[in-house]
Amino acid sequence: MLGFILRRVSLVIPTFFGVTLLAFSLIHLIPGDPVETLSGERGMDPARRERLLHEFGLDRPLPVQYADYVWQVLHGDLGTSLTTHEPVMKEFLILFPATIELALCAMLLSVLVGLPAGVLAAVKRNSVADYAVMGVSLTGYSMPIFWWALLLILFFSVQLGWTPVSGRIAVEFDVPATTGFLLIDAIRSGEPGALRSALSHLILPSIALGTIPLAVIARMTRSSMLEVLREDYVRTARAKGVSRLRVIVVHALRNALIPVITVIGLQVGLLLSGAILTETIFSWPGVGNWLIHGVLSRDYPVVQGGILLVATIVITVNLVVDLLYGVVNPRIRHG
Amino acid sequence: MADPPRRPRDSGDPVSLATAPAIAVETTLGPGVRRDDAPLTPSPLREFWSDFSQNRGAVAGLSMVIGLILIAIFAAFVAPHSPIEQFREATLTPPVWQDGGTARFILGTDPLGRDILSRLIHGSRLSLLIGLISVTLSLALGVALGLLAGFFRGMTEIFIMRLMDVMLSLPSLLLAIAVVAILGPGLINAMYAIAIVLLPHYVRLTRAAVIGETGKEYVAAAKIAGAGPLRLMFNTVLPNCMAPLIVQATLGFSTAILDAAALGFLGLGAQPPTPEWGSMLADALEFIQRASWVVTWPGLAILITVLAFNLMGDGLRDALDPRLKR
Repeated sequence: MLGFILRRVSLVIPTFFGVTLLAFSLIHLIPGDPVETLSGERGMDPARRERLLHEFGLDRPLPVQYADYVWQVLHGDLGTSLTTHEPVMKEFLILFPATIELALCAMLLSVLVGLPAGVLAAVKRNSVADYAVMGVSLTGYSMPIFWWALLLILFFSVQLGWTPVSGRIAVEFDVPATTGFLLIDAIRSGEPGALRSALSHLILPSIALGTIPLAVIARMTRSSMLEVLREDYVRTARAKGVSRLRVIVVHALRNALIPVITVIGLQVGLLLSGAILTETIFSWPGVGNWLIHGVLSRDYPVVQGGILLVATIVITVNLVVDLLYGVVNPRIRHG
Repeated sequence: MADPPRRPRDSGDPVSLATAPAIAVETTLGPGVRRDDAPLTPSPLREFWSDFSQNRGAVAGLSMVIGLILIAIFAAFVAPHSPIEQFREATLTPPVWQDGGTARFILGTDPLGRDILSRLIHGSRLSLLIGLISVTLSLALGVALGLLAGFFRGMTEIFIMRLMDVMLSLPSLLLAIAVVAILGPGLINAMYAIAIVLLPHYVRLTRAAVIGETGKEYVAAAKIAGAGPLRLMFNTVLPNCMAPLIVQATLGFSTAILDAAALGFLGLGAQPPTPEWGSMLADALEFIQRASWVVTWPGLAILITVLAFNLMGDGLRDALDPRLKR
């Protein structure tokens, strides 16, 4: 087991350095250099420019600059935002819980709905229910989520007035951010209505963000279940007189879950992609929103640091899924 | 036209090897080939079509795609107005079936008084073009890199595949945004960005298929017959790796159209007044409460187009994947 873990971890390290190289080259591929960006339209006299270049270490050879960059990254220093003059790492850590909260709720929703829907479609193959589930999930899979989010707002917030249009909580609540997860903070604050307000702000973004993973999970569950339901042991179980429900849930679903879990793990990247759009539309104060503002305002340290951090998260989650998979399935561990 | 006979990709068993070449030559060369040993099995192309046409969703997807292509080609004739002409006296006209709508603007007008239907029709050109260009670019580069990695193995392979791993570790839209951050916003740069996002999939697929094929006898035979590395790569092995690539390319169209629309929506893709569907949505955002139709139609157009390519891609996969047959 230890050998397996070490093997997998050692595979990830070059990828991580590749990502730092990518983030590093981002700054150097942009036309012009940071000093030029600082000087703005007016230009700068050559002596001052030289001094600033030296100050930023930009006059040194590229490999030295890269080594320096990696050194700083490994110490958690991702530079300072050009717009807020705050450390990038600090800003990220403040905003990240909001994104996790949204992503977790979206994931929960997509698993809770997608899994049963996929099982239903597989068990009632070629029925109306099957076609309905597959039709809806194909549509969900093809959905431009920024448009879907707008439709949700238009219907539930504007027409029906059930949910707020944007933000994380109504302005009248002043919940102290102890954990950064607003649902937890709202419960801890003990303010009546705070949790309700936080939940009502969370529901539409979660639906918007969860739609594509939901569709993917439903499709994957269906095809995986169909495969397992054909197995001999399922027929044996039925022949032995085990109830239909028990066969489906205990015998079939458990074995059908392995590929589904992998797919769920792969959705993390997708969720973070989707979070960029969802957060922009719902003005959700998370990492996605922050990154887009960084790109639009040419705040390169934010873009560079944000990309590095998001990629690191995706790499780490994939590694964990990989390791868990090895725990569940010994064939992989020894392969 | 003197290629060595190809082995059809879907015959996994060695028994069919004897009859296979005649079938393959017949379909790839078309008319004028000898028909004396007429195959007992239907030609791969016919077999493919019979599999594909059984899938109603796939046929629906294909018809939608053909319809879209026709609309895009004849946009100038189909569209009732110019996509950028502003009818100042008719801003935010609702669709014809709502109060205040007129038959002159069937789907209504946008805040600047431009006909939405005409903009959508012209937008189909952009979306299909974005799909075509980014998928073609990505496929060409991806196949080349995949062939290199699969043929030469060793350091070349490690370098290429590690690079692809790095690219895959970034969520697709984030990678596209990073590329646009470097190149600057715009439609052309969005296409490059999407081509880069799609690249790792083609490289991985090609490499895996190449490695699977190179061990087989027909490749050894071609090698013994004196085929050089380029001929081996492009003439011998590549045609037998096409099935997964065709499927991926079709699905790549839907990713490309979706991501381009997302970039347009975020203001990083096509710039106004280009009638690109994603940026049309973004332009209309502030009017969403007063005039819901300005956001409804462009989104619906994106959804239908992406759905069509996904349906077609699923159908292609089912028809081309030998594992799913029988």
